[in-house]
Amino acid sequence: MAEFLQFLFSGLTVGAVYALVALGFTLIYNASGIINFAQGEFVMLGGMTTVFLALVGVPLPLAAVVAVLAAVAVGLLLHRFAIEPARGADTVSLIMITIGASIFLRGAAQVVFDKRFHSLPHLFGTDPLRIGGAAILPQSLVVLAGATVIVVLLWIFIDRTLFGKAVIATAANRLAARLVGINTGHMIGFSFAISAAIGALAGILVTPITLTSYDVGTLLALKGFAAAMLGGMGYALGAVVGGLLLGLLEAFSAGYLSSKYKDVVAFLVILAVFFVMPQGLLGRAKVERV
Amino acid sequence: MPRLIDSRYTPLIAVALIALLLPLIFPSPYYYRIGALVFIFALAVIGLNLLMGFAGQVSLGHAGFLGIGAYAVAVGPTHLGLPSWFCIFAGAGASALVAYAVGQPILRLKGHYLAVATLGFGIVISIVLTNEAGWTGGPDGMSVQRLVLFGWPMHGSKIWYWIGAGTLLVGVALALNLIDSPSGRALQAIHDSEVAAQVLGVRVARKKLSVFVISAVYASVAGSYLALLNGHVTPDLAGFMRSIELVAMVVLGGMGSVFGSLVGAAVLVVLPQALTSFHDYEHMMLGLIVMGFMILLRRGIVPALGAALTGRAL
Repeated sequence: MAEFLQFLFSGLTVGAVYALVALGFTLIYNASGIINFAQGEFVMLGGMTTVFLALVGVPLPLAAVVAVLAAVAVGLLLHRFAIEPARGADTVSLIMITIGASIFLRGAAQVVFDKRFHSLPHLFGTDPLRIGGAAILPQSLVVLAGATVIVVLLWIFIDRTLFGKAVIATAANRLAARLVGINTGHMIGFSFAISAAIGALAGILVTPITLTSYDVGTLLALKGFAAAMLGGMGYALGAVVGGLLLGLLEAFSAGYLSSKYKDVVAFLVILAVFFVMPQGLLGRAKVERV
Repeated sequence: MPRLIDSRYTPLIAVALIALLLPLIFPSPYYYRIGALVFIFALAVIGLNLLMGFAGQVSLGHAGFLGIGAYAVAVGPTHLGLPSWFCIFAGAGASALVAYAVGQPILRLKGHYLAVATLGFGIVISIVLTNEAGWTGGPDGMSVQRLVLFGWPMHGSKIWYWIGAGTLLVGVALALNLIDSPSGRALQAIHDSEVAAQVLGVRVARKKLSVFVISAVYASVAGSYLALLNGHVTPDLAGFMRSIELVAMVVLGGMGSVFGSLVGAAVLVVLPQALTSFHDYEHMMLGLIVMGFMILLRRGIVPALGAALTGRAL
């Protein structure tokens, strides 16, 4: 039982980060139809910027805020100078642009920061809490709480404000949204900004546990993308469910089967899900128009 | 002249001319190695382009087949005592079988779901290659015995330049033949609309599966050649970044353009070599160039230039 709880919590912690990355994918996908493979770099930027600001003596909370703002700025620049000029290009070309952006950001991080691994201090120390025999880092709970707050705030914002409704309208039908006076270009830029902020926050929260370096983004983007698809692309709830599930899958297969093959198990389960539900867990089938 | 330019074999002639004329301007033998790399990657890219550009199916795990081909010529001679040339064919056969088995279920998926499924496939291959250290040497990889043909060791960049060029010509010829056949037109129909193709009597599932198998064989042979050229393999060859690189070569050169495959491979093989002089800024430059190309020539280099030359709008 203690073992089970241990795996459960480590799975949920990693899963929460995947969920936030997947949420970033979903937001941008909904607003623009683009799969943004630079999503993982926002996580890296959040963690690395905080680390380096803290190193030069900036207080941690301020460093975190600046890091989120920096990621948002990068997100907006990415939209303005790479996505906007390519408007109307086909899906694969747009994906290649975001991959180019992710290579660029990784290269830039390597120059601006360095190539070593870095950590941040744990918010409430490193003494593990004993829950049912399992040892849980307080930072794990911080990650889970942080992710929950982000998801709830995002939901309130999207569901309860006029601006949020404009985002939904853009996702539902871009042409119709434009016809009722919504500036859809702004909405897409806005979705990049929010996704960047969410990614950066995830990076800051999880860095004390998993460490960060200039190249953590690739794997996170990959896992986040898989999680978003597992839940059903375009569904915010699906992204959260998919992320948590992927984290749990990895943790349990690492614990009970083989730590070397945890990613294999995770992907096999994802494939199995697709064969039964080709649109992901929460997705609905779309009819192709000819 | 116009007839020659419009001829369906133009890419074949162009590739042959390029392969023959390039050595005349090579300043040093080192360039043979780069040339060989370009040709070998172009082979894999043509296969992937058949899948992406003609059948409209994306694969983010194609480096997995590079890995199967490469490790076939590494593991076969070392652990099983098989001749290297036989292992090239064995690797291609194994890749075809794997593609057939994996493709049946995977190719039923569409769009981004297919992307994730193929991505997962590639990752599984690279994890297996990394973890089965007893056979593959683990993350450090293993050395590859030289290819020996009729008693002659195939050693050195020059030989592989010509082997690569020769095989690429065969690959181009086969691809052009396929594109111009009823099967090729059926694939084009699938690319435009699967439902419409099905209504017209195209056996969509079977056509998609067969082009997936063909593209896997192209990649596998390229993987075997890479291993034999380098004399060493590591699991990186099957990794996610390699798969992305292959897709980037297809898109950069131009989806659906056989000659574009060679151009895409050339750009992404030569660029990193040229950029090494920028040291730390190498990746930034590479990222910027990929973005720039995709923004400015969004249909790919060859189709965009072709349209410009013939005076059509971009």
